[in-house]
Amino acid sequence: MMFVPGNNPGMMADAHIYGPDSIMLDLEDSVTMAEKDAARLLVHNALKSIDYGSTEMVVRINPLNTPYGKKDVEAVVKAGVDVIRMPKTETADEVRELEAEILKVEEEIGAVGRTQIMAAIESALGIVNAYSIATASKRMMGIALGAEDYSANLKTNRTPGGAELLLAREQIVVAARAAGIACFDTVYSNLDDMETFRKEVELIKTLGFDGKSIINPRQIEVVNEVFTPTEKEINKARAVVAAIKEAQAKGSGVIAVNGKMVDRPVVLRAERTIALAVAAGVISEEEAL
Amino acid sequence: MRNSKVVSLEEAIQLSGLKDGQTISFHHHFRGGDKVVNMVVDKLAQMGFKDLKLAASSLSDVHKPLIEHIKNGVITGISTSGLRGELADAISHGLLAEPVVFRSHGGRGSAIAKGELKIDVAFLGASSSDELGNATGHGEKSVCGSLGYALPDARYAKHVVVLTDNLVEYPNMPQSISAADVESVVVVESVGDSSKISSGAIRDSKNPRDILLAKQAAKVIINSGYFKDGFSIQTGTGGASLAAVKYIREEMISRGIKASFALGGITAHMVKLHQEGLIGKLIDVQSFDKVAAESIHNDPLHQEVSAVEYASGEHLGSATHALDIVILSALEVDTKFNVNVLVGSDGIIRGAIGGHQDTAADSALSIIVCPLLRGRIPCVVPKVTTLITPGKSVDVVVTEYGIAVNPARPEIAEKLKEAGLNVVDIKDLAAKASSIIGTPDPLPFGEKVVGIVMNRDGSVLDKIYNIK
Amino acid sequence: MKEAIAGTLESGDIMVKIGPGKGLEVELQSSVEAQFGRQIRALIADTLEGLGIKDAHVDAIDKGALDCTIRARVTAAAVRATGNDVWKD
Repeated sequence: MMFVPGNNPGMMADAHIYGPDSIMLDLEDSVTMAEKDAARLLVHNALKSIDYGSTEMVVRINPLNTPYGKKDVEAVVKAGVDVIRMPKTETADEVRELEAEILKVEEEIGAVGRTQIMAAIESALGIVNAYSIATASKRMMGIALGAEDYSANLKTNRTPGGAELLLAREQIVVAARAAGIACFDTVYSNLDDMETFRKEVELIKTLGFDGKSIINPRQIEVVNEVFTPTEKEINKARAVVAAIKEAQAKGSGVIAVNGKMVDRPVVLRAERTIALAVAAGVISEEEAL
Repeated sequence: MRNSKVVSLEEAIQLSGLKDGQTISFHHHFRGGDKVVNMVVDKLAQMGFKDLKLAASSLSDVHKPLIEHIKNGVITGISTSGLRGELADAISHGLLAEPVVFRSHGGRGSAIAKGELKIDVAFLGASSSDELGNATGHGEKSVCGSLGYALPDARYAKHVVVLTDNLVEYPNMPQSISAADVESVVVVESVGDSSKISSGAIRDSKNPRDILLAKQAAKVIINSGYFKDGFSIQTGTGGASLAAVKYIREEMISRGIKASFALGGITAHMVKLHQEGLIGKLIDVQSFDKVAAESIHNDPLHQEVSAVEYASGEHLGSATHALDIVILSALEVDTKFNVNVLVGSDGIIRGAIGGHQDTAADSALSIIVCPLLRGRIPCVVPKVTTLITPGKSVDVVVTEYGIAVNPARPEIAEKLKEAGLNVVDIKDLAAKASSIIGTPDPLPFGEKVVGIVMNRDGSVLDKIYNIK
Repeated sequence: MKEAIAGTLESGDIMVKIGPGKGLEVELQSSVEAQFGRQIRALIADTLEGLGIKDAHVDAIDKGALDCTIRARVTAAAVRATGNDVWKD
């Protein structure tokens, strides 16, 4: 998920050429108060006009308790945004309030249920409430960590190793998995330190995250490299998937690879590996079948 | 010393026997820092010359004083590889009665060698010279490295004047321009502003689009079938071209592949690969930066080449005939793979043919790297504003929206697809561009021909009309 | 209507100044004047008419903005000039 400032038309015009899975146009922290109105119009018109291809389009709105939040919802829902990212989410009630706002606009334009929600959790209270936030709405597609505000709220600082974020990260992954939705890690803002960035991506992959938020196209390659399965992993996964098909063809409930029985978690992992390989463009969708 | 050829500029001009209506020539190795063209033409104007034809290897922003000399009738004809800045703008609007003749570097070399472009007096700036005219691009003040574009002028002009700001003791060895070709030597305060002749440190592009294009170009090269031990390569100096060298280098190291030579304008990037043992030899027609200029002076495997031996289409020994891969840029490419590097999409001349035609035609694999869009300006278009390099010599076009392969090279398309690259139809790229930016209105060209684009074989490729 | 500005002089953007005028007067400087000047003027006028603005003086400096950006900047300047937002309060 690549963050793009919502008041920068030059960057918004072609952010998708770098191949991020999703683009988050930002109306919140990267836009000054004096430019909130102009950025909202830019994002609205960009979403309506620019062909972002299959890239998932996310907009981070301002909190609903500011003068901008509700107008942001109206502008981006009317433009057909895929996902609204709600910042600084602390409770399930806030999610339901956003849901109601979205529904109001969707009803007005006759497109009920089109807009999904992603909640950014950026405080200790939000982390404590992670599961109830994750399950607050049918529209909830994922939860994400916002580490700058969170570490400030904890009264600590961000460190290269990320010890201060460990509980938050684990809590978010666990809550997301329990709720059956996706989870995304926070941004890493030092563009000149690709090594630490890579370590962080490796760490969050191990923790179970589905993806990483990035602030510059240069970071995409590292995320893809870390998340893309190796050829060996893909081959192994294919063998499992082939065995499933064989078992289905035979009408057998028992799946075996190289004579060994395969458990359900192995099957799930194999399917996830194939899906990641397809997403990374290492294999085509036809090859995955 | 005895037989010293050192005279003043005015004496040199008198000795040359230059007459109104004749052709004078210059080289562009001092690039944006050049002081020679303006100095000499000012003097010629002062001496009352009229109707002179100026044959430069290239002209740039710094030559805008020529506008006055054109208005005063001192200069009535120009031939060059390129034009930029206010001079180009004025000429595009019809300043000069006679059209400017544009030739590639190889095409100019051939035209001079064959006598199609006759030079009466060549005024050649040099970084150092001795009193007899042995001259080089290495000196105390204004270093430019290779003097490759000046060498055909030195050899074939009827009369040669060397201008230098660093007179050295005889013999100035090894020399680029030989005293045997030189009639006069003029010592001047400065031949060029060294800060504008060449850049110092290498700056790697951080522009994400350049990096994206560079990675794609590198992948094209690596998977093209031409990336094997002993290959040869030429690249331009644009951000994407230079960044591509970085990725090719990584792949050369990891696969243990070495290049036999790199050709053309040489940059610090190429010198680095050469010094690391990844490129055997450097054939240098133009040293783009201080590192390259130093290297050509010190390293016997880094050699100067004249424009003729570099890129002449007819000279079978020219280096482009041995070239495997070239990476080139473009202002516009059209759906027939024709390329324009000379005239902006506003109809105003703003570039140079350079070695584009020559290297594209002779290399085994020519790759054009250009963004699909520069702001609201499309670079892949239905038809180029001006034809510079015919599509039959262009193999691959790399853009941020996909890679197009000339249908005449299906085997390359096949290899790139196998490597998982996003190979697309060039017509789809043009359609994509217009879906994003809309359809530009036709340019308001007039009826007057302001430029003639020559092919490297001396035939006319296209005409440039005045813009209103 | 008071005078108001939206947009920047960055590449890919357009700076639009709107103030009181008689009829729609559009003055444009564009880096792509030859290719798109006519279309940009028409788009500015069209956007303002869509907002019900019939009298205004517009000064725009375009740096190669796409149509969607031009529409957004003209609307933002108009909203600031008139005080009437296009979104509900």
